[in-house]
Amino acid sequence: MGYFSNLTKGQYDIIIVGAGPGGSIAARDCAKSGLKTLVIDKRQEVGSPVRCGEGLGEVWIKKASLEYDPTWCIWKSAGAMVYSPKGRKMEIITKNKGYVIERKMFEKKLAADAIRQGARYLIKSRVYDVIKKDGFVVGVKVETPEGKFDIHAKIIMAADGVDSMTAKRAGVNTVNAITEVDSGYEYEMSGLKMDRPDLIHLFVGTKIAPRGYIWIFPKGRDIGNVGIGIAGHDEKTAKEYLDMFIESHPEIFKEATSYEVKGGCIPVGVPLEKPYANGLLIVGDAAHMVNPIHGGGMGASMEAAVIAAKIAREAVDKNDFSEKFFKRYADLWFEQRGNQLKDVLKVRRFFEKLSDGDLEILADFFTPETLLEFSDGKKLSVFLKLFAKHPKLAMTAATTLR
Amino acid sequence: MDKITVDKTKCIYCGGCTSVCPVACLELIETYIHCDQDKCVKCGNCVKFCPAGAMALKK
Repeated sequence: MGYFSNLTKGQYDIIIVGAGPGGSIAARDCAKSGLKTLVIDKRQEVGSPVRCGEGLGEVWIKKASLEYDPTWCIWKSAGAMVYSPKGRKMEIITKNKGYVIERKMFEKKLAADAIRQGARYLIKSRVYDVIKKDGFVVGVKVETPEGKFDIHAKIIMAADGVDSMTAKRAGVNTVNAITEVDSGYEYEMSGLKMDRPDLIHLFVGTKIAPRGYIWIFPKGRDIGNVGIGIAGHDEKTAKEYLDMFIESHPEIFKEATSYEVKGGCIPVGVPLEKPYANGLLIVGDAAHMVNPIHGGGMGASMEAAVIAAKIAREAVDKNDFSEKFFKRYADLWFEQRGNQLKDVLKVRRFFEKLSDGDLEILADFFTPETLLEFSDGKKLSVFLKLFAKHPKLAMTAATTLR
Repeated sequence: MDKITVDKTKCIYCGGCTSVCPVACLELIETYIHCDQDKCVKCGNCVKFCPAGAMALKK
């Protein structure tokens, strides 16, 4: 016996696989509602390695009942500067402010919060299979530093990220089509020359980042994440595109050096229609809950986690862990977020069809006044004006936005 | 026989390859990618996807 094996001996209502933002928010809420909660994570350090651009809107922080905390909200961003392929700038100031966060600190803080509420964490331990009985997921098989154990629980929550191994082992097909993911690579750098570190910087163009974009998310006056997301099936690697970009912009990068490399897979297709099964709830990237335009997933994941925790509590009260009961989780999430993300996917498909010339037209069209009108909510009238001026874009929109 | 290889000096251990594998033969275990070569169907999705160019399908 030892520290890790002792944790496997507890009686648990719910086992959450994965200690990311989704898993730890769910753990916090489950434990708070009185459920005996165990979180299992294969890493020896929660929060590391980072696979993220680390941008998070203020609105998501509030939705997850969190508060501004300078230990992880390390830089504020007032909006975005978008650069057209020819380098023309569009400054977009939004009503919703955002933060660039230190994700390692963020995830540790979420884990610490959940533990304070009564959750237990079993780290450096890998779930290598699920236990099924009569068509229900009733537990997990876990490999700890002290050997292999079976742990049973009423509910298993798969919050294990884009790999989504737990759901797959339970028999839910969570495989992403290679055309429906973005491939991401990122350097965190110091020594950046930025004239506007108060904004995030987004560079678009079919040559520099096919179907995606290159970003600089400042974490300070001269530090920040420099990253790229491109279509998963592109012949060149994300790293190659990013390295080319850095080389061709000495005015930003001449004095800069990276002190952290990050990367990952961003599921930018449709969210999983059935993020549940008998005895199983699936949350976050594992269920493809990501905004398909910007690729952000922390917010959607935490929002789903709050709903999933509520449904888990209700399921334990009613002693019903059937997929029929868990359907309510999906219904609530799609109503609150999922249906909107499906619409966002259509907008992505529209943007994906645009040539560099089309992007220049957009850069011309979206003057500061137009953008203000747009962010004031007059989206339809702005689009109508654009399409009246550029019928070709209207045709593209007609085929993709239906 | 064809074989999936991972260049450990290039791999950034993001696990993205596992998510586009149609037969779940890849798994990220702490700091290495494990490939079950018997299960692998040599589709090359992981090779195309890999942001770091660490994966290859070798003869």
